[in-house]
Amino acid sequence: MTTKKTTTATRSSTTKAAKPAAVAKATKAPAKTVAKAPAKAVAKAPAKKVAKAPAKKATPSIAATNEQLLDFYREMLFIRRFEERAARAYTQAFIGGYCHLNLGEEAAVVGLMSALRPTDYLFTNYREHGYAIARNIDPNAIMAELYGRADGVSKGWGGSMHMFDMDHRLLGGYGIVGGQLPLATGAALAIDYRNGDDVVMCTMGEGTTNIGAFHESLNIAELWKLPVVFVVINNFLGMGTKVEKSSAEPEIYRRGSAYRMPAARVDGADPITVAEAARIAVESARSGKPYLLEVTCHRLRGHSVVDPAKYRTPEEVEELKLHDPVHNLAARLIKERVADQATLDALDESILARIEEIAAFAEASPHPDVATLFDYTYATPVPNDSRRLPGQPLFDENGSAQ
Amino acid sequence: MTLMSYRQALHDTLRSEMLRDENVMLMGEEIGVFEGSYKITAGLLAEFGEKRVRDTPIAEEGFTGAAIGAAMLGLRPVVELMTINFSLIAIDQIVNHAAKIYGMFGGQAKVPMVIRTPGGGGQQLGATHSQNIELYYAFVPGLKVVAPSTPADAKALMLAAIRDDDPVLFLENLALYNTKGEVPDHDEPAVIGKAKVTREGSHLTLIGYSRMAYVAKKIADQLADTDHLDIEVVDLCSLRPLDRETIINSVKKTSCAVVVEDDWLTYGIGAEVAATISDGAFDYLDAPVRRVAMAEVPMPYAKSLETAALPSEDDIIQAIYQTLDAIGHRRSKTGPHD
Repeated sequence: MTTKKTTTATRSSTTKAAKPAAVAKATKAPAKTVAKAPAKAVAKAPAKKVAKAPAKKATPSIAATNEQLLDFYREMLFIRRFEERAARAYTQAFIGGYCHLNLGEEAAVVGLMSALRPTDYLFTNYREHGYAIARNIDPNAIMAELYGRADGVSKGWGGSMHMFDMDHRLLGGYGIVGGQLPLATGAALAIDYRNGDDVVMCTMGEGTTNIGAFHESLNIAELWKLPVVFVVINNFLGMGTKVEKSSAEPEIYRRGSAYRMPAARVDGADPITVAEAARIAVESARSGKPYLLEVTCHRLRGHSVVDPAKYRTPEEVEELKLHDPVHNLAARLIKERVADQATLDALDESILARIEEIAAFAEASPHPDVATLFDYTYATPVPNDSRRLPGQPLFDENGSAQ
Repeated sequence: MTLMSYRQALHDTLRSEMLRDENVMLMGEEIGVFEGSYKITAGLLAEFGEKRVRDTPIAEEGFTGAAIGAAMLGLRPVVELMTINFSLIAIDQIVNHAAKIYGMFGGQAKVPMVIRTPGGGGQQLGATHSQNIELYYAFVPGLKVVAPSTPADAKALMLAAIRDDDPVLFLENLALYNTKGEVPDHDEPAVIGKAKVTREGSHLTLIGYSRMAYVAKKIADQLADTDHLDIEVVDLCSLRPLDRETIINSVKKTSCAVVVEDDWLTYGIGAEVAATISDGAFDYLDAPVRRVAMAEVPMPYAKSLETAALPSEDDIIQAIYQTLDAIGHRRSKTGPHD
């Protein structure tokens, strides 16, 4: 099911063959700029170097340099270890509610985020911890949000599904499937309205492409030529429903043609491939041509932390191991002599140590003060806004409504 | 002051706000070339161009959500939903997104937008086009819901709604569009969250909003002339937040109340008002709070059935007298509604 090369859909199905060639051609272009990031520094602030470096590039490049590969690997491993730690904290009941992990999507996440400028905007669904990390948001604040603490990115109001950071232009993880699509389209409208140069990226799962908001948003985006990239992370499963059972067109990128929107499908196992495809998509959007990018991935665990994924056959579970992007990139780094096992082990150790600091920070962060319960209902204060707690009567002893 | 229709007040206010602030832009179905189903936006496309007056596809969820996203980046979109019935298609974006974004992200993003939409039955539009479902939105913290009943309030509340940093559902009414009234020439925004006593009185408190506030005022004036009744009228103006104290203060004075509404009675806004009176003025009440509301049926098309389903002026007058009779009030003059 996973495609090994980029496939594109364009206005006319007959031109489909031309586009992959363009992408393939781009793979031969030389790398121009290389991020310089010592292992130690990256382990502490994993996202920074990787996310910023590709934005500086002037020319397309798939031919990754060693340092680029290592940067991606560091960031992917950081996300992997962060998510594994989150899963553990969930089973320890430090984290409540739902908790959806990016395990298996690390390459897609870092590749996609590498294509954005710091000033570009990101809207995601509820599986967004890795994106927040790759947007350079302080991982302490991300973990603290999972713990429901005051230092969380959303001050403990959002939780796993609702991370937000205006400074880093993560404009929300959204828990309602498809809810973020119209919002992202509107953010792109605001950029266009002001003749801005920013781009909006909007990620979703493949199941989302069956909801009405997908159709309405792509239609509006293309009608109004808005600077937005719609990214479908196709892991071939809704919660447990296979894509063929939910989508009449299971090759999601083909749906772009219904809106005359350029579209492509790439293998999400390789961060370099994803980064290049994302770069093309973002460039298209920046020039006023919205884009649909499908990235195939394999979710390594259940839909959420509590899902044992019994719908998978033993063969499917076995096959999943072949699709582990972190494992595969480590193997490539060793095979291509970019790094030896000892270096990777040391990197892993430093990341694990950092993750423990992050978890400790989250655990030590205070619970939000109950006195702030009514602080975020309205941005503009309004008379007669209720500040009544559940046990209190509607009117106090003075006859004032509360 | 200028005498103008509710429609004209809305149109002029939208226009003046667009002139004042270039972040104000309009979105909706058929609002541009067609000039709006009810012509509120007539002439605005010609004056401001396609960028600021955007005809949208028939995609309420898509364009309402797009307005929310644009508002998150600082625009001040005013969305027209052709009727409140169609808001159900956009309800996920309104309830799960517009209402939640400020709080759910810890106050990091504001959603300064207005959703204009008319309610109203009585136009023989049948079951799906005659509903008054503002209650669905008034139920939701994070939204503000306003419902002007006069041209002056339409202007003042529209000014307030556009300048507010929160999402405001602005309820209009098909039957009010052609009603006329004096409108101040200066721009003075109303305070959202405040009810208004539109007629002072001592015998009974009559409470309504939108079209029913208009009808309530008319009936109170009429009964003052014909029956020497001194009825106090409360126009809720704002359904969320609800100005409970103005309601209570009135009932403390009159000791009885009738609530009139165009929506269904069960779980309706009148139910909330009645519960408020029970909580805040129980010791003052001389009679049960009476509610006059639509019959509990999907709105029929046939005129005879539609008329029977909607609260009439006679229904309201009868409820007023039954309430006054219940507390032994003696009418000073026998009216036709014994």
